[in-house]
Amino acid sequence: MSMPDRKEIQVRELLEGPHPVVPAGLAASAAERGDRLLRRRRAAGRFGWTVLFAAVAVFAVWALLTHPWTVPPSGVSPPLEGW
Amino acid sequence: MDHRAGPYAEFEAFVAGAAGRLLHVAVLLTAEADPASGAECPVARRLLAGALARTYAHWGRVRGDDPYDDTRRELCVAYARTARRHPAGTGILARLSPPERLVLVLRVYEGVAEEVAAAQLGLTPERVRVLCNRAVSAMRPASGRGAEGAA
Repeated sequence: MSMPDRKEIQVRELLEGPHPVVPAGLAASAAERGDRLLRRRRAAGRFGWTVLFAAVAVFAVWALLTHPWTVPPSGVSPPLEGW
Repeated sequence: MDHRAGPYAEFEAFVAGAAGRLLHVAVLLTAEADPASGAECPVARRLLAGALARTYAHWGRVRGDDPYDDTRRELCVAYARTARRHPAGTGILARLSPPERLVLVLRVYEGVAEEVAAAQLGLTPERVRVLCNRAVSAMRPASGRGAEGAA
């Protein structure tokens, strides 16, 4: 069981190294980009909800005006029989 | 924009502490030329900047999560998505395929548990083990060639 561990330790040592220099202003630019991302996401969410509400409202008005649940009066009369 | 508020100060402190290691992870993944020799590593920097931006975007919401783990996950996902577009550089892990690099960095360098790494990369734990073993033997200083030839 110690073989893979030893191999992994060797590779880990290979991967360890001095950390590269972080560009200046990374936090500020990331925060700005994050804010923009958040604002765009919120705007998209608001737009989606607005569209949903508008669709529901349009459907409700249409349903109240046309009463789609009532059966339309039949235009065909039953056959006249027995006289 | 007022960046002096609490969340930004927290985020800034987090970046000050973690960005060096995260950038090292990013450079390992992209296998760009050794930054110690003055290379710029533009791809790694871009990946890290995007990952940090997404971490900041949900900074207030994920109090329970470790922001370091969160950013590393974003970084790995972003790398996995764009790896095909970037030709291999001359870094340490240049000879490995992108999935092998991801598994090796997460498992060996970062010490992430097998199941966690598998879930993050969308692989089965067995597949992670296979990739990790293959990557480790490929990276072994002397015996790497023989193992690679046999695989």
